[in-house]
Amino acid sequence: MEKKRYNMRVSGLGGQGVVTTAHILGSAMDNAGKYASLVPFFGSEKRMAPVEAYVRASTDPIYEVGEVVYPDIIMIYHPQVITHGKSYTMPFYMGLKPNSLVIINTDRDVLEPEDIRVLTELKATVVQFDATELALKIAGTELATNMAMMGMLLGLIKLVSMENIEHAVKERFLGTSFVTSGGTAALDSAIEKKFKKKEKLLSKNMEVISKTFEMADSVDLNSGKLVFQLAV
Amino acid sequence: MSQNARPKLEKKIVDAGYLLKEAPRTQQFITGAQAMAEAVKRANVDMAIAYPITPQSEVMHLVGDIYAQGHIKEYYRAEEELGTMSAIAGAARAGVRMFTATSGPGLLRGLEAIASWPGHRIPAVLGVLTRVVNAPLSIQPDNIEIAYLMHCGALVLHAENQQDTFDMTLAAFAIAEKVDVYIPVAVATEGFFVTHAKGYVNTTPEDMALTPIDPTAAPVPAMDNETPPARIQRDAPVQKSNFMSYLIHAVWQQEIWDSNKRSMKYIYEYLGGPIEVQDPEADVFVVASGCAAAQAREAHRYAQEEGLSVGFIKVRSIRPFPVDEIREAVKNAKKLIVPEHNIIGWLCKEVKASIPNSGIVVEGPRVYGGMTLPVELIMAEIYNALGIEHNMKL
Repeated sequence: MEKKRYNMRVSGLGGQGVVTTAHILGSAMDNAGKYASLVPFFGSEKRMAPVEAYVRASTDPIYEVGEVVYPDIIMIYHPQVITHGKSYTMPFYMGLKPNSLVIINTDRDVLEPEDIRVLTELKATVVQFDATELALKIAGTELATNMAMMGMLLGLIKLVSMENIEHAVKERFLGTSFVTSGGTAALDSAIEKKFKKKEKLLSKNMEVISKTFEMADSVDLNSGKLVFQLAV
Repeated sequence: MSQNARPKLEKKIVDAGYLLKEAPRTQQFITGAQAMAEAVKRANVDMAIAYPITPQSEVMHLVGDIYAQGHIKEYYRAEEELGTMSAIAGAARAGVRMFTATSGPGLLRGLEAIASWPGHRIPAVLGVLTRVVNAPLSIQPDNIEIAYLMHCGALVLHAENQQDTFDMTLAAFAIAEKVDVYIPVAVATEGFFVTHAKGYVNTTPEDMALTPIDPTAAPVPAMDNETPPARIQRDAPVQKSNFMSYLIHAVWQQEIWDSNKRSMKYIYEYLGGPIEVQDPEADVFVVASGCAAAQAREAHRYAQEEGLSVGFIKVRSIRPFPVDEIREAVKNAKKLIVPEHNIIGWLCKEVKASIPNSGIVVEGPRVYGGMTLPVELIMAEIYNALGIEHNMKL
């Protein structure tokens, strides 16, 4: 599904790093000499409340603005987005374009027969894997779930190189040019305490991303298969 | 007001032509709100008056910062928008360069005073950062307020992005104060989509400022302790007979709408003209202003990639409206698609009124309540216009 332009909708819950990954994706594209624009969308900032971020990534300059209503990539950071309807967009595939990609963080198959019918008709590819378990296993914290999700996406569609990603992750966690909300800043210091050292945090994040790249190699996006359930 | 010690800044004074067209530029990655404030910083503004409302608050907060840095002589927060806009008129009559900005409900609250600015020849610059005004109220960037604004007599420029916001705001001061114009200029752009989003903006040097206002080069003399407000004294309509009041009203209003038209040459000079046209030979055109023009530009690119005969027209100036320019640009067109961020389609009505064959104009697509305007909706209209089968599952 190689395209000039990817319009992505990232849905998750407050505290999972949805907006953070949107920023890192943007920087990684910038580092790769490509273009990206991002739009965070959330109500009051609180943990476990629905959060959506939209990312446009392209080899050409991007003019359009606003939320992505018709995505060709959907990332779901938490199964409750689907199973509990914790989302601004329901059903979760609303607006999905034909021949598109859905990545879901889940420990089990969350697709209902109706979802399978619609997604099959759209010729979508759905990749389900337990990103949270992977984050716990490798980084020792579920806070690296977003890295696993971003890693899987970039492993699947190869928009940027591993160097571009590492640079962007470094910028995010070590750089000073980044502005986040107060809540995110507090969360960051909690993460830092857990990891003790920023460098360690960085290398653990990169380990998670490398692992997802490996896992992504087992997925053939042109196989016509609807669901890929990847074991962690 | 000015108790705080603020630095005295030394700036190189240049004229508008140099500042807008020749001055060196450096690229910044900033929000639309920052772009507007950066323009105000370089415009040698004497005084700014603010009353906060989302999403404008970001702009006037930043203008407050540049006051503290010494770029503006006076700044205060007014009691509400009618007070703000009335005070702008009072201060401008004393011959100083004025700036304020507002959004949606704030604009409508201030509109009573704003509607009287042109007749009183107030060359102020007004930033309009659009926001829903109709029920149910929200803070999102619907732009229906421009429909109310565009019949006041002021110039109305509509910025597509952060760069436009910078250039149009700077040009607005120069155009407003031309002696054959001398009416207010509103620079509108969409809240959030532009004001709170970052884009690349080429800005002029910070230590270079626009020539100060010359209150003697005005069709109506500025008042001070020795110069009474002669025009109001001479013409005061409410004190005259009905016949005289009709006559005076006619003279003032004809004067300002002529001024409005005369500003067109400066829109050419400083902003490259009131419209931008891509693919002038196309069968179908997407005509848009403001943020909708960004979405239309994207649709135009998609259409090009698919080899479709689609052109793009961006309308920079809503007042004066480029009637002749649009009529000429679309004289061979078969369909015009007018995407908008409001329910009534004020741009669509203006376009229809500009051409002899208004039946070729497609009403929309329109989104309301400040929703994003998906490029896919514009593409669907393009396929319809060209008679191309499509199934976008929209």
